[in-house]
Amino acid sequence: MSAWLAVLAISLTVVAALAIGAFGTRLSRTTSDFYVASRSVSPWLNASAIGGEYLSAASFLGVAGLILAYGVDMLWYPVGYTVGYLLLLVLVAAPLRRSGAYTVPDFAEGRLQSTTTRLVATALVVLIGWLYLVPQMQGAGLTLRTVVGTPPWVGIVVVGVVVLAAVAGGGMRSITLVQAFQFWLKLFAIVLPVFFLVAAWRADGAPEVVSDTPPVFAERTTVTVGSDVEVRVDQAVTVDVDGVLDGDVVDGRVRLLPGEYAVGQGSELVFPAEAAVPTVTSLPTLSGQAWAAPMESGLDLPLYRTYALMLALFFGTMGLPHVLVRFYTNPDGRAARRTTLTVLGLVGIFYLAPPIYGILGRLYTPELLLTGRTDAVVLTLPTALVDGVAGQMLGAVVAAGAFAAFLSTSSGLVVSVAGVLSQDVLGPRVTSPVRAFRLATTVAVLVPMLLALAGQRLGIASIVGLAFAVAASSFCPLLLLGIWWPRLTAVGATAGLVVGGGLAGAAVLVTILAGPTEGWVGALLAQPAAWSMPLAFGTMVVGSLLTARRVPAGVTRIMVRLHTPESLDLDRGANLTRRGGRWP
Amino acid sequence: MTEGASRGKRVVVSRPVRGAARRRSRQPASDIDEQTAVGEVYMRSLLRTQLRLGLSALATVLVPLGLLPLIFIVHPPTAELQVGPLPLAWLLLGVLVYPLLVLVGWRYVRQVESNEREFERLVGSR
Repeated sequence: MSAWLAVLAISLTVVAALAIGAFGTRLSRTTSDFYVASRSVSPWLNASAIGGEYLSAASFLGVAGLILAYGVDMLWYPVGYTVGYLLLLVLVAAPLRRSGAYTVPDFAEGRLQSTTTRLVATALVVLIGWLYLVPQMQGAGLTLRTVVGTPPWVGIVVVGVVVLAAVAGGGMRSITLVQAFQFWLKLFAIVLPVFFLVAAWRADGAPEVVSDTPPVFAERTTVTVGSDVEVRVDQAVTVDVDGVLDGDVVDGRVRLLPGEYAVGQGSELVFPAEAAVPTVTSLPTLSGQAWAAPMESGLDLPLYRTYALMLALFFGTMGLPHVLVRFYTNPDGRAARRTTLTVLGLVGIFYLAPPIYGILGRLYTPELLLTGRTDAVVLTLPTALVDGVAGQMLGAVVAAGAFAAFLSTSSGLVVSVAGVLSQDVLGPRVTSPVRAFRLATTVAVLVPMLLALAGQRLGIASIVGLAFAVAASSFCPLLLLGIWWPRLTAVGATAGLVVGGGLAGAAVLVTILAGPTEGWVGALLAQPAAWSMPLAFGTMVVGSLLTARRVPAGVTRIMVRLHTPESLDLDRGANLTRRGGRWP
Repeated sequence: MTEGASRGKRVVVSRPVRGAARRRSRQPASDIDEQTAVGEVYMRSLLRTQLRLGLSALATVLVPLGLLPLIFIVHPPTAELQVGPLPLAWLLLGVLVYPLLVLVGWRYVRQVESNEREFERLVGSR
């Protein structure tokens, strides 16, 4: 019953997205409509759309999962996602809108008059976009698996196909409406259950979360392990096992002494009430107090990790390709600022909710620490804590919200990646721009889909954090220096993009492929922004100073364009968008 | 651009040609257009004011946020201080930071817009 409700809710979300998309398609006729919604989007609609696009699987599922597993330190994720918009507001929003650039590669080429810089920027848009798309699709796989029990590939394929249909069919205009709708759906889906959850927790006598022991099963609990896991038992416990334990088929009562055990896929374990929860070996076992206290999340070098994460998230937001594209749909620089301010408020309201799931998850769904699927806490908590049909309906609502998150972020990213692919890679070879865009969309969806199907899972929010680190080490310095420092040269910028984006990208790949490692090296690779971002800035500045004679000729005019209000009748040169070529 | 306009014929929009009369009267706008030393002073001061405004807005948020991890590690009891139902660290990072961000953003937008109006007043009339 609960599975069918969830399937129904998810289907409604998908149908609504496609229907609104189709409605938008009727409106979008010309090529420029297709890309940038003709710039006729109002600030409220645009802010909702930006929020809708921004709140991804990482925000909807990942943040609560990380808080459940590691505690208060993980609040830096939602804080960072939001502070990123403040930086965007005060340093980038208005000048970027005034530049007239639609994508970062456009900005790079227009500002620095170099096609080389443009190409490097294009490669980075694709890299960051794909890095961000993979966890969205994996989140979809996890969601369908959690609520319906399908294998992970089903969710991945569903999201891929829907996004492909929506983007290739409607372009940006329809996407704007869809995104705005999905923001409100997500906000509703994550906030509504909170009231029920808190009420249920109170009705339960408001049990204390911050205890001095690790989490325990509140009642006799049956845990089904969805995939092979290694778990660590800290306190001896007697369980009923039906499945595979340490390679042996077991059916009956077993005494687990402290130590590590391999539990086979599909095994069922029945724990008595009050038993301490064994933890998957990839997560730390934390007492309630350690969990609630900062810097005690059980990860190496907490201070370094915290600062590096802050840098990546604060400075990475401005460099995310799907965020930047949205600014072009504002009518002018002032509207761009007001839109960003609205986004700041909308996103801030949303982020009040996920920590509550993470906190209550410690009490009511601690088995996720055993299965390692902490990212599922938002999905499982409503049905676990709220009884009867109400709980099942809330479960369906969060599943729908999660799907809205995958769909909206994925389509935003796919529009951006497809935009640069069609313009810079396919453009010269395909005659019709609309056909080039559709072809590019297919490529932009298929590659991350295959990666998601093949890839092993890190936490959703962790992979997204890595995408932020690459953005902070490449596009952030390009935008900040390009906007505020007239002496930036193409040589300096290109070198900085290659050094920063390359090193951060390499660190990210090592972390994803080899898995997290211990000690200093592991921390430096898992959170690269603290060293790769300063390196990128340094390279751009030194490279520009060394090639000071090659400052682009029109830079003064460009600065007028970036920084003066549009109402002034000044000569601000041309838009920083490619002219005469294939750009509509 | 409206829906109708984008469907209709393409129209070339251009600035009126500047006459000699305009070049003679040295207005700020012409100085900026012609990139004279005076025009550059206008632009540099605009850039500087806007950047300073942005950075000071950022500082009001980033300095306290940046100090938090240090305070938490140097003096852990601060984080565990109970404020109502929540420990201080949870209250600050889970709740209070968001209204602060909106407030700082809102104040910045007001200031930067009034700055721009000032610049428009200065440069606007030709």
